[in-house]
Amino acid sequence: MSTTATPPPKKLNRIGLEVVNYKGSKTTLCAGCGHNAISERIVECFYELGVQPWSVAKLSGIGCSSKSPAYFLGLSHGFNGVHGRMPSLATGAMLANRTLLGIGVTGDGDTASIGLGQFMHLLRRNLPFIYVIENNGVYGLTKGQFSATADLGSKLKTGVINDLPPFDCCALALQCGATFVARSFSGDKKQLQSILKAAIVHNGLSVIDVISPCTTFNDHEGSTKSYGYVKDHEEPLHELDFVPYYEDIAVEIPEGQLQEVAMHDGSKLRIRKLERDFDPTNKFHALEALDQANAKGEVLTGVFYVDTSKPTFIDMLNIADAPLGTLPESQVRPPKQALDEVMEELR
Amino acid sequence: MSTIEVSPASPYSGELQQPVINDFSIQVATVNGSGSQTANNVLMRSIFQMGIPVSGKNMFPSNIQGLPTWFTIRASKHGYVGRKKEIDFLVAMNPETAREDVMKLDSGAAVVYDEPLKLDALRSDLHFYPVPFDKLVGPVCPEPKLRKLVRNMIYDGVVAWLLSIEMEEVRQALVRQFGKKKAKAAELNWGACQAGFDYASKTFTKADPYRVERMNRTAGKIIIEGNMAAALGCVFAGATVVTWYPITPSSSLVEYVIGYMKRFRIDKATGQATYAVVQAEDELSAIGMVLGAAWAGARSMTSTSGPGISLMSEFIGLGYYAEIPAVIFDVQRVGPSTGLPTRTAQGDILSTALLSHGDTKHPLLFPSSPEECFRMAIEAFELAEQFQTPVFVMTDLDLGMNNWMADPFEYPTQPIQRGKVLTAEDLNRLGGFARYKDVDGDAVGYRTLPGTNHPQSAYFTRGSGHNEKAQYTEREDDYVNNMDRLARKFETLRAHVPRPVVDVRTNASAGLVAFGTSHYALEESREQLRAEYGIETSYLRLRAYPFTEELKEFIRRHERIYVVEQNRDAQLLSLMRLEATPEELAKLRSVRYYGGLPIDARTITDDVVGQEKARQEGK
Repeated sequence: MSTTATPPPKKLNRIGLEVVNYKGSKTTLCAGCGHNAISERIVECFYELGVQPWSVAKLSGIGCSSKSPAYFLGLSHGFNGVHGRMPSLATGAMLANRTLLGIGVTGDGDTASIGLGQFMHLLRRNLPFIYVIENNGVYGLTKGQFSATADLGSKLKTGVINDLPPFDCCALALQCGATFVARSFSGDKKQLQSILKAAIVHNGLSVIDVISPCTTFNDHEGSTKSYGYVKDHEEPLHELDFVPYYEDIAVEIPEGQLQEVAMHDGSKLRIRKLERDFDPTNKFHALEALDQANAKGEVLTGVFYVDTSKPTFIDMLNIADAPLGTLPESQVRPPKQALDEVMEELR
Repeated sequence: MSTIEVSPASPYSGELQQPVINDFSIQVATVNGSGSQTANNVLMRSIFQMGIPVSGKNMFPSNIQGLPTWFTIRASKHGYVGRKKEIDFLVAMNPETAREDVMKLDSGAAVVYDEPLKLDALRSDLHFYPVPFDKLVGPVCPEPKLRKLVRNMIYDGVVAWLLSIEMEEVRQALVRQFGKKKAKAAELNWGACQAGFDYASKTFTKADPYRVERMNRTAGKIIIEGNMAAALGCVFAGATVVTWYPITPSSSLVEYVIGYMKRFRIDKATGQATYAVVQAEDELSAIGMVLGAAWAGARSMTSTSGPGISLMSEFIGLGYYAEIPAVIFDVQRVGPSTGLPTRTAQGDILSTALLSHGDTKHPLLFPSSPEECFRMAIEAFELAEQFQTPVFVMTDLDLGMNNWMADPFEYPTQPIQRGKVLTAEDLNRLGGFARYKDVDGDAVGYRTLPGTNHPQSAYFTRGSGHNEKAQYTEREDDYVNNMDRLARKFETLRAHVPRPVVDVRTNASAGLVAFGTSHYALEESREQLRAEYGIETSYLRLRAYPFTEELKEFIRRHERIYVVEQNRDAQLLSLMRLEATPEELAKLRSVRYYGGLPIDARTITDDVVGQEKARQEGK
């Protein structure tokens, strides 16, 4: 049997790379974890848009979500920083090399708790950067404590009830200056792809809050994100597919409709697309819609706000076009005459 | 007609003291926010312009307006610019502290004071010169609102007459201080100054012994604050990303950086900046930005003080372990917590050397002078990039915020070295690389920068366990291998940090070790020990941690080593102890001062003499 099957032609993107060139190492997250789906979307989007992987810098904080940059874009420089402080690392990196395409992945612990301050100031600066929040309302690596995005009244496995209201990261982003604000769901492949692609081309800070259910620590009776809770309390839940924990969630959500999605850990996720007449250039519309949805226990997804006109932090600092980090000595060390001039003034 | 009131009981009555020329200290006591800084600078500069070595130290409260502040000018023909404990000449302008200020003086000191304070009633062993400032200021300053500021300049005139400071020098210093743009203000102040001079010359008879005489010891010198010198160093080192969070006494360092960057680092052709300065939301963010920028290739730095260093602790551990260059200035101040934020100390040595968790240690540079602030800023960047690790420049409030005479800085002669960074061409040649592999035997790996145009350029930076290829690992052998290499890297550093300055006297059995601003008091103390007690000493001025072989040799050559430092817990000594043999340990002694003022010679002398005596008596 000497038939040598001709290998199928490799599928290449517009810069001649295969999708495998956009993959990272094998994930070590739990099977079925929403974060893996997000990593896959990132791979697809960068591949499909033909972004050169080695012009990308990917950064993260600490936590399950922050492990994920190792699982996508293996040919990009990666930086797994310290808990909650990825925004500062990203700010420094983007200032050092403004030609980089920067993407950061964080979790709700990173963004809404330990790194809330850095998150807010990143928003304020409108750094050209993609900031992805893999939001599951729970601390995974430390085995299931509440995060600051956990719903009021939600219950831990240990029986502890969450008696504090959650931060809505999109509402914060809207109020504090991000110029692209969106929420999606790790299981909504099509929508997340569209949002990610828009963020890749957006010149400014993109905040994408992706509801990304934790299959291991938030799938129990009493959790407001558990399948059971959703089933008991929300009627539309019955319409949703149940996806077991060892499989990634994949649910298509037609725009303009409300859907409740129960993760196989039981987390309640009701995702409603925004109405088509929703004006994504009016942040007050967005805030109002978010507030109403939150009051009803719904999760709005889609692009809430886009402002392409606001100057970025790079613009505001008026820094050189070439990367600061590799400017030649002639441009960064003033001549002797300059030093002599200062010395003369001090005599 | 003299208005000096000297009681008959005074030991000074009727007899003229030996004149004391170019060797005294003047203290001006004012209220914070009263605008006395200009008058004080003019006074200091006038003396400097007459060729006499001077130093100016501002002792100010943590306050914007209203609390007492003291400015001390020391004139020293010997060139001693450390703090002098004794005040010889007081200008008492602050009613709140005047009484205490006067009571603290040694016999024979002179006091210029605001007449209504009636300080001459307090003591009979001082020389008093009352000045009716409010009466004098009216005619020279018609605008009542400005009188509070202008009246300070009157004491410059009075002091100029009393100390024989040439008025032409005062005028020049004043013009310089106000600059061309404020010629009108300069004129107004000059009028006040002259009024003071005239009043003094008509009213007083010189009775105290202090005066200046023209010398030639300041020709070519500059006067500069350490923070300004360090800022210039950063600008000429080619720093490109600078981050900070305001904190006394560090703030002015970055503010000077901003000023010089705007002046020298805007591309003339494009109008664009070749730098970025970010005022961060806190020190955690400031150091995070520095590490992110350095990772992406920038020469980046931040400046802070003790509380900021504490906040940076976690990130510094990441910088150490992920091997990212960074330059951090620590302009040290007093205290745990807020402590005494406007007073000086060397209190962050031990905590900074070992900053962060796990096994970490960091190179520290110890500048003593503005020249070294400038040079070590440049050296710090070179070391940080060469060794891919955070480097700390440990200055203090005394050096950073006070006025120092210095030689003009020398333009760097060495080109900027960016360390082991592989380019796309290198990668083509090599076909790849292992980020944390010790290829050259110096324990320093090769790195690439994000954005390098090559498919093999990427690696993954992480604070978690990693192997030579920067891959995640929890393997025991990988972890130990990496930590051992980091330890070897620190050993390699020993041969590259600035060497100590050593003065060994063959007949000295005691050696003194000091660093940073303790240097000035220490030099003066050595002279006191020699002249007053016949104790000859050797001196090693440390300029960096890790310590170099010179320190071991110095300890070996002497029977007793006095480590002089400005903290309570003998922090430098503790670092030395970590590496000392039992023989070396037995020789180490400590001399400490931690009161918040710059250490003075007498404090060192008394302590060393006390310990030397105790040792002899113990025998």
